Amino acid sequence: MIDLLPVLVPLPVLLPLIGAGLALVLSKHSRAQNIVSILILSAVMVISLVMLFGIDANGPQVVAIGGWEPPAGIVLVADRLSSLMLVVSSLVTLCVLIYALSQDANDDSNETPISVFNPSYLVLCAGVANAFLAGDLFNLYVGFEMFLVASYVLLTLGATAERIRAGVTYVVVSLVSSVIFLAAIGVIYSATGTVNIAQLSERLSELPPDVQMILHVLLLIGFGIKAAIFPLSFWLPDSYPTAPAPVTAVFAGLLTKVGIYAIIRTETLLFAESSLRVPLLIAAALTMVVGILGAIAQSEIKRIVSFTLVSHIGYMLFGVALGTTVGLSAAIYYTVHHIIVQTALFLAIGMVEMRGGSTSTRSLGGLMVLSPALSIIFFIPALNLSGIPPFSGFIGKVALFAAGFADHDWLAVSLIVAGTVTSLLTLYVIGRTFNLAFWRDPADAEEPNEELVAEFAERKKAKLAGKPWKSQIGVPGSMFAATTVVVVASIILTVFAGPLWDLSDRAAGNLQSPVNYVTDVLGGDGS
Amino acid sequence: MTLPFIMVLAMGVLFASGIYLMLERSLTRVLLGFILLGNGVNLLIILTAGTGNPPLTDGENLSTEGMSDPLPQALILTAIVITFAVTAFLLAMIYRSWRLVRADSLQDDTADLQVAITKMIDSEAEASTDYDDTEFGDEAESPITGAIDLDDDGTPKERDAGEDSSEEGSKGTTMEEKK
Repeated sequence: MIDLLPVLVPLPVLLPLIGAGLALVLSKHSRAQNIVSILILSAVMVISLVMLFGIDANGPQVVAIGGWEPPAGIVLVADRLSSLMLVVSSLVTLCVLIYALSQDANDDSNETPISVFNPSYLVLCAGVANAFLAGDLFNLYVGFEMFLVASYVLLTLGATAERIRAGVTYVVVSLVSSVIFLAAIGVIYSATGTVNIAQLSERLSELPPDVQMILHVLLLIGFGIKAAIFPLSFWLPDSYPTAPAPVTAVFAGLLTKVGIYAIIRTETLLFAESSLRVPLLIAAALTMVVGILGAIAQSEIKRIVSFTLVSHIGYMLFGVALGTTVGLSAAIYYTVHHIIVQTALFLAIGMVEMRGGSTSTRSLGGLMVLSPALSIIFFIPALNLSGIPPFSGFIGKVALFAAGFADHDWLAVSLIVAGTVTSLLTLYVIGRTFNLAFWRDPADAEEPNEELVAEFAERKKAKLAGKPWKSQIGVPGSMFAATTVVVVASIILTVFAGPLWDLSDRAAGNLQSPVNYVTDVLGGDGS
Repeated sequence: MTLPFIMVLAMGVLFASGIYLMLERSLTRVLLGFILLGNGVNLLIILTAGTGNPPLTDGENLSTEGMSDPLPQALILTAIVITFAVTAFLLAMIYRSWRLVRADSLQDDTADLQVAITKMIDSEAEASTDYDDTEFGDEAESPITGAIDLDDDGTPKERDAGEDSSEEGSKGTTMEEKK
């Protein structure tokens, strides 16, 4: 078992890349392509689960790629945090893939050319895994670039006018963030003479405080754009909603969280001693409040949820900025919860779009009557997002607030106030959306959708006559199943909150003692 | 480590002009800006290696004295390849954008504009009803005789009814002039 673990570590990066190549070769045979992609991602999921349990029991695994021992060679480091993130991301990517493939099979509009979708999606998965496993700042950059370039392709699938418009903003903003990150790596290398994270952890603290501050801020700006932290979040609600529904789901669930993951590493490993606690806490508060205020103004469900995504990034940043073990474990738990819930919500919205013809609250209505199962699938993650007990959103927020109170500090307490207000406003936004799209008579909508109105009337008539009624427009069963799996996973987070919380606590404990990480990577004496 | 001043200056100029161009609305200039910015960063990385001899040994004298650092040169290769690939993608996207909308500039987000316009109309409607209630409406303490009756939405009744025929419409305006 112990011997097996180091072999497994590179596989979450390697397998999807091989799969991407295979999928490209098989681009003429879409069925074979789909089978390859699903098999690969299922294998990755099993591997990451084995890794999580193995690493939790046996400690972090360090693999030197190409046999060059660190610090000379590139290392992949899998500790509790990275393997936990790998498990969650592989679950989400697998479910979204199944959803996307069944949507494609039922979609004649040809807006998502399948032969391009599979390879880029697999490259995206490999890039995300590489970012989670990187033990080297430059390798982290390569991971970022891998999933970013794949995401450019996925975001502009089909190259319609609207997607190109949104894609330009997204690509240019991402490029700027990558350039800032790369410049930071260059400057850090010239200041310390290494890009190995473990070595940096030792050497950065020896630099003069002002140099440390510049390097720290440079890295945080680069990651902050990726994680959509206010005021660097403007691009997200503009570009995410135009992509195909499954693509938006995986972007919203995963990509911003990779930014958060990188920020966690920066704060705990690289700059554990120079703290930017106050500015980060203020940024977290602004992200929460400004994000949710944006959501109130919108009338498109995809946009509303994109704004709540920005706003909830603030919670994770809050936990990280506190810098205590409790704060970090709360941030990790909240990240896991948010990846799953946000994905589930966007997948449900994709089905709403299929069922009701649009995602605008100005034209939807009556879905509660027309498609009760769909409304439940939407309702559970929606309540979870706004932090209603007993769901995991509530547990995560309580943990964050408890960590804030433990700090005995007016700033942390004002963050708790901002968090509560944001949570209530999220409930308001979600409630309004649910009211408009699911509860009201579709004829009451500002711009009524005639098909929905006719269907609603038909349904009413059938009910009065006591006849069974069956909808003409159905949502494919496999799409439904994939979304249900994600929703069930979000409920599992509540049921198994105890073990998961312990795991996040152990992961945060690891992070709080960077010395252990350094000795794990560099060997005994740590130099 | 001493650096050639001219190289540092060139890097600064590349950064400055790159960022300036990226702030433009024209997509071609954004692309040019990105190319300059990307090369500025590449130059930054290669400068961290410092100046010196090539990192080669003849197998006997293994001293690293006077050698330049080879690692940044390895890093920069990856960075150049990534910059190149992304530039190609960006160029293709700009071309596609030009094919679709016949314009080389970033388009406005229609959904964003819609939200802004809805808010504007709402606030105007609110303003006009306030106006209506306080002084000039039917419920005013001393209604002005001969004033145009306003509908709930704040438009004159005559004009609403007479939108089809231009004659009645002009009648509405003459009444306004009389007032």
